[in-house]
Amino acid sequence: MSQVTTSPATAAFKASVRPERRDIGLRRRYASERRFRLYGLAAIAFGLLFLFLLLSSVVSKGYTAFLQTKITIPVEFSEQVIDKDGERATDPKVLMTANYPVVARNALAKVLGVDPGDRAAMREVGGMISDSVRVQLRDLVVADPSVIGRTVDVAILAHGNVDSAYKGQIDLGVDEKNRKVSDRQVGWMNQLAETGALAGHFNTGLFTNGASSRPEAAGLGVALVGSLYMMLIVLVLSLPIGVAASIYLEEFAPKNRFTDLIEVNINNLAAVPSIVYGLLGLAVFVNFAGFPRSAALVGGLVLTLMTLPTIIIATRAALKAVPPSIRAAALGLGASNMQTVFHHVLPLAMPGILTGTIIGLAHALGETAPLLLIGMVAFVADVPATPLDPATALPVQIYMWANEAERAFVERTSGAIIVLLIFLILMNVGAILLRRRFERRW
Amino acid sequence: MTSLKLTVAALVASAAFAGAAAARDQIQIAGSSTVLPYAKIVAESFGETLPDFKTPVVESGGSSGGLKEFCKGVGPDTIDIANSSRPIKDSEIEACKAAGVTEIQEVKIGYDGIVFATDAGNADLALEPKDLYQALAAEVVVDGKLVANPYRKWSDVNPALPDAEIAAYIPGEKHGTREVFEEKILAHGCKDSGAQDAIKALVADEKEQASKCIAVRKDGLAVDIDGDYTETLARIDANKSGIGVFGLSFYENNADKLKVATVSGVAPSTETIASGEYPVSRPLFFYVKKAHLGVIPGLKDYVEFFTSDDMIGPDGPLAEYGLVAAPDAEREEIRKSFEAGNIM
Repeated sequence: MSQVTTSPATAAFKASVRPERRDIGLRRRYASERRFRLYGLAAIAFGLLFLFLLLSSVVSKGYTAFLQTKITIPVEFSEQVIDKDGERATDPKVLMTANYPVVARNALAKVLGVDPGDRAAMREVGGMISDSVRVQLRDLVVADPSVIGRTVDVAILAHGNVDSAYKGQIDLGVDEKNRKVSDRQVGWMNQLAETGALAGHFNTGLFTNGASSRPEAAGLGVALVGSLYMMLIVLVLSLPIGVAASIYLEEFAPKNRFTDLIEVNINNLAAVPSIVYGLLGLAVFVNFAGFPRSAALVGGLVLTLMTLPTIIIATRAALKAVPPSIRAAALGLGASNMQTVFHHVLPLAMPGILTGTIIGLAHALGETAPLLLIGMVAFVADVPATPLDPATALPVQIYMWANEAERAFVERTSGAIIVLLIFLILMNVGAILLRRRFERRW
Repeated sequence: MTSLKLTVAALVASAAFAGAAAARDQIQIAGSSTVLPYAKIVAESFGETLPDFKTPVVESGGSSGGLKEFCKGVGPDTIDIANSSRPIKDSEIEACKAAGVTEIQEVKIGYDGIVFATDAGNADLALEPKDLYQALAAEVVVDGKLVANPYRKWSDVNPALPDAEIAAYIPGEKHGTREVFEEKILAHGCKDSGAQDAIKALVADEKEQASKCIAVRKDGLAVDIDGDYTETLARIDANKSGIGVFGLSFYENNADKLKVATVSGVAPSTETIASGEYPVSRPLFFYVKKAHLGVIPGLKDYVEFFTSDDMIGPDGPLAEYGLVAAPDAEREEIRKSFEAGNIM
């Protein structure tokens, strides 16, 4: 180009011929796209920030709930205290009603070197141990009465206040009378901790115990079993009913005003507040059908009603997504309508149906409002043997614990939230895996 | 096909469950969230010390909610006991009667103190019903005239109080505690501050006089808390100069975070409440269906266990949690009255 000398005239000619650069708003459009992406990023960052805040607050408060302070000491099962008159062979009630807390208290006083005659000190020693020691030692003795008269090492639950103090959740700087643990108890606690007798153990009771007024003995056992029963009932009832309803509506039902009305109603029901289902459950299942209050069965039925619309909508979407060519091919080869649906359409729609069902179940797992009215927001100590026994649910237990006065329930509330979150994550991961595994693209 | 079979199986199973629903061997209790912690302690000990019986189920849901369930009728599908932080109302007794619950036994379990507390970092606080009324009422007397509450700071009401914006977290209207607060604090303060006379001069109707006397200001300085004490505690945590209303037991469990105020010069404690010196307290009750005694296994034993000195006595676990035990003679009276089967 450089050796070609151009006269000014040709340069002017070229400039006039070169087309004028049209303004098609390219710069503006690129800018607006960049802005839009920025908004999107900001929205995601905002969401992540709150998720992070939620998780970090729950985890930082709740991880200590998985550790439980226990005091491991040699306990002498003195015949003097348990069965003074030697009647246990004839009267089994003696072993049930013996004064086990005294057994534990004496054992701890011996380790601490407290004079058993000092009643005030003995009371404080007793305050170091959970009251549930009665049941713990009783079960031990009833299971094996030969321990009476012997000395056995037992890991005894520390009292909730000692547990909180050991975990640093009670401000020990304030005046002694303004806290639930005395200076003397703190001293003993440190003494026991130094010898290794008092230490944090993994809190299996959190998963096996029922509700309790003592934080150290309170667990999610009843709630876990109750939630499990309800999820089973929801799965067993809502999956077949929901799938049958959607197959009929999608593949067999004539398209007319009536089916349109049904469709609108189903979509509406999916958005009805869950408390309404609770009212319905109270009226129909408890008051009319006479099912027991507080039972997991009623909870399961109520949650089934609540989950059905979600499952029907998901299933119909999954059925719609199967290409019509599959149906046409099956029908063309002489399959009946029913064969077409059950041999070809349904298997192809299965991943979508299962995903919808799992998401519906996860939704039901986190529900408390409908359970309030049927009496499942309750203190239930015995783990339910059947779905007819009183039970609670995981979110209900979180709510109940959040309202407790004792400090040790704060960590348990967050601990229960962590357990619930883990279940929800597992279910949602399950849904994703199922979709990945079975999903087919056309 | 399999799904069809499953459905049928599920329906058959539910029908089978329905048959088993008739009998009940577990006590069912519902009601006040104030009584709930006490009822839980008793229920748990009951299940532990009397292993022949199952641990009772205790629902929460408020005094009114519990009594409503209680008055639904007689039979195993209705609850046996309603916990209440206030005496049953005549209208509720009527509703009970209409549904066939004609025999109700009242059991008083002790007293509950209501305390005013602020953040532990604050200076000591001495409150009078009059000051609280002046700070929280909708209308107060200024220069002999009844005007909308003009006070913005505690020190406006009484120079001895802190120089901070008025912020009070009081129980919402659905709580039984609210009634005690109105009756023992606002009504007294209304009288002491002279507002009662001003109201009497303005309004003729006695009912309206009373309701004007306990009306709380609605400009956001007095906040109704409809949740539990945990929520009040969180509010105090966020606003250190705020004053919250708590139950004595809740305060005692959180005494390292809260500082309690004296009312009329008396600090709340189980002793001052039992003696009646501390003015803001109320009795707690539960109501038993007499028709269920002897039908629901363990119900009679539960009531006897609850009213024994091992539970409601001054050295029992309920007192340790914060219940103010009734005097010895009254506890004896409670037990006798239940034994005799006195109905309301």
